[in-house]
Amino acid sequence: MTSAPTTITSVAAAANHLASRRSPLRWVLLAVGLLAALSLPWLVYPPLAMDIAAWALFAIALDLLLGFTGLLSFGHAAFWGGSAYVTGLVAINVGVPFPVAILVGALFAMLLAVPIGFLSVRSSGIYFAMVTLAFAQMLYFFANQWRDVTGGENGLQGIPRNFFGIELIETDPFYFYYAGLPIVLLGMWAAWRIIHSPFGKVLVAIRDNPARASALGYDVQRYKVMAFVMSAGLAGTAGGLFSISHGFASLQELNWTTSGKVVLITVLGGIGTLWGGTIGAALVVMLEDWLATSGFEGIGIITGTVFVIVVLAFRRGIWGTVRDLKARFRSRT
Amino acid sequence: MKAADADHTSTRADHRPSLGGALLTTSGLTKSFRGFTAVNGVDLQVREGSVHALVGPNGAGKTTLFNLLTGFLAPSSGTVTLAGQDVTGLPPEKMAHLGVARSFQITSLFDQLTATEHLELALQSSTGQGLKFWRSDVLMGRFADRSAELLEEVGLSDQAHEPAGALAYGRKRALELAIALALEPRLLLLDEPTAGMGIEDVSRTIELVRRVAVGRTVVFVDHNMHVVGSLADQVTVLQQGRVLAEGPYDAVRTDPRVITAYLGEEQDD
Repeated sequence: MTSAPTTITSVAAAANHLASRRSPLRWVLLAVGLLAALSLPWLVYPPLAMDIAAWALFAIALDLLLGFTGLLSFGHAAFWGGSAYVTGLVAINVGVPFPVAILVGALFAMLLAVPIGFLSVRSSGIYFAMVTLAFAQMLYFFANQWRDVTGGENGLQGIPRNFFGIELIETDPFYFYYAGLPIVLLGMWAAWRIIHSPFGKVLVAIRDNPARASALGYDVQRYKVMAFVMSAGLAGTAGGLFSISHGFASLQELNWTTSGKVVLITVLGGIGTLWGGTIGAALVVMLEDWLATSGFEGIGIITGTVFVIVVLAFRRGIWGTVRDLKARFRSRT
Repeated sequence: MKAADADHTSTRADHRPSLGGALLTTSGLTKSFRGFTAVNGVDLQVREGSVHALVGPNGAGKTTLFNLLTGFLAPSSGTVTLAGQDVTGLPPEKMAHLGVARSFQITSLFDQLTATEHLELALQSSTGQGLKFWRSDVLMGRFADRSAELLEEVGLSDQAHEPAGALAYGRKRALELAIALALEPRLLLLDEPTAGMGIEDVSRTIELVRRVAVGRTVVFVDHNMHVVGSLADQVTVLQQGRVLAEGPYDAVRTDPRVITAYLGEEQDD
């Protein structure tokens, strides 16, 4: 069991090394990415476009921990789902514009992440995954029991999309997408900023060799907790947007399957690539939607199979594999 | 320095005219792992400005003692004092901030980072800049000059931008030393600086350590008696977690107990 996190880390390290080579191509990629994000609701059903964007941000939040700090959280549903509920409750009861409600939800997720982070970063590898899973399950049962507030199994219904009284955005998913997208892009920019900061460098050092990092004078636990809280904040932003988009928050958002799905998306896209999560999210969300609309019951079997194939055949995920091929091509010419 | 010191461990700090007072002192330092006592009641005094070698057969407790001195392990009992301050059980990052830097027995680097990035990280650690998650990592360029100096000092200038994983073994050890120096240590602890090196690298390392030891206090572990003899002012011999003998190299080398301890080990090595 102990070898699994090591493998993940070394894959992430290799991917990250390639990422550090800057090329003019990245501006082209950025333009293509923005264009794709802007044209998404023309290409797919608009609510689905919002789902893709939210899951992409969620995956990037997870990659901040998994790919850049070397921590595999299996309890990120706590932050996505916790914020989904809090955002929904704020939107229903306070009636603020939805970005404000999402901000409150994200802050709640960060607050929640402080004690969970402190208690879980003491362990690493599979134990870290188990501890985070345990906390997320606690939150799940708590939400299930506290029916008066959360609606229990019925979920939290009727979350409004208040946006400064602009009706088109509040009623039409197509326009809502363009109001929600800047929040996702802001979150992605924050993740990028964190990775490419002095702090991000220390995180990578901790990922590669925690003992050495502490011998250099870095308080490893503190950096891990900070990364955990930041990741939770971004996951919460994504979860809040998701619940506003759907108009309800269900227990599903807190379930362990949600934690698993975001790990799947991140691994599929490529650990330690940051942007791989966007590809992973697009594929998984669209695949699930396609299977669901075609009446197929065993969605898990298909996504699980895809996951197994990717892990076995493309250990670096889609983004990481493409980047590898590119580097190999470049070194040959 | 007096050869007689080797036999009188209880009075060994009493007369050392050429060097300063004790920088590092341990008293009754003990570490047990599930009933096995790796370090057993070690009293050690490392004087300011000295180069102090820890030697002993395999399993004598040298690396455990190192880990106790640098905060990687907390002692079961006993104390560690650095320049008069009780530092027993402080974590490694605190010890680093107090001026204790170490190298590792097994080369321990960030394989994906370049030599320069290692030094920038080391130089950054005392500034608090590492917490600035909202700034660009271009900021780390402010350490570029100092890291170039350090790479020059250990002879790594031409490989400044190679990932550490791609460096040859001897070069990795040189980088380890540069990283430790970047922390501006008062006390430099080197765990087997010449382990696994060929003869050429060994003599290079001896020269290097000799150069960086000027104006610093160095404690090192090494199996190579040539290295110990070339560098150490003072030698402490450990056996089964206890101090067996202590004193200048020539006195310790001829100590009958030390000879017995090493001869007894010879078949193993």
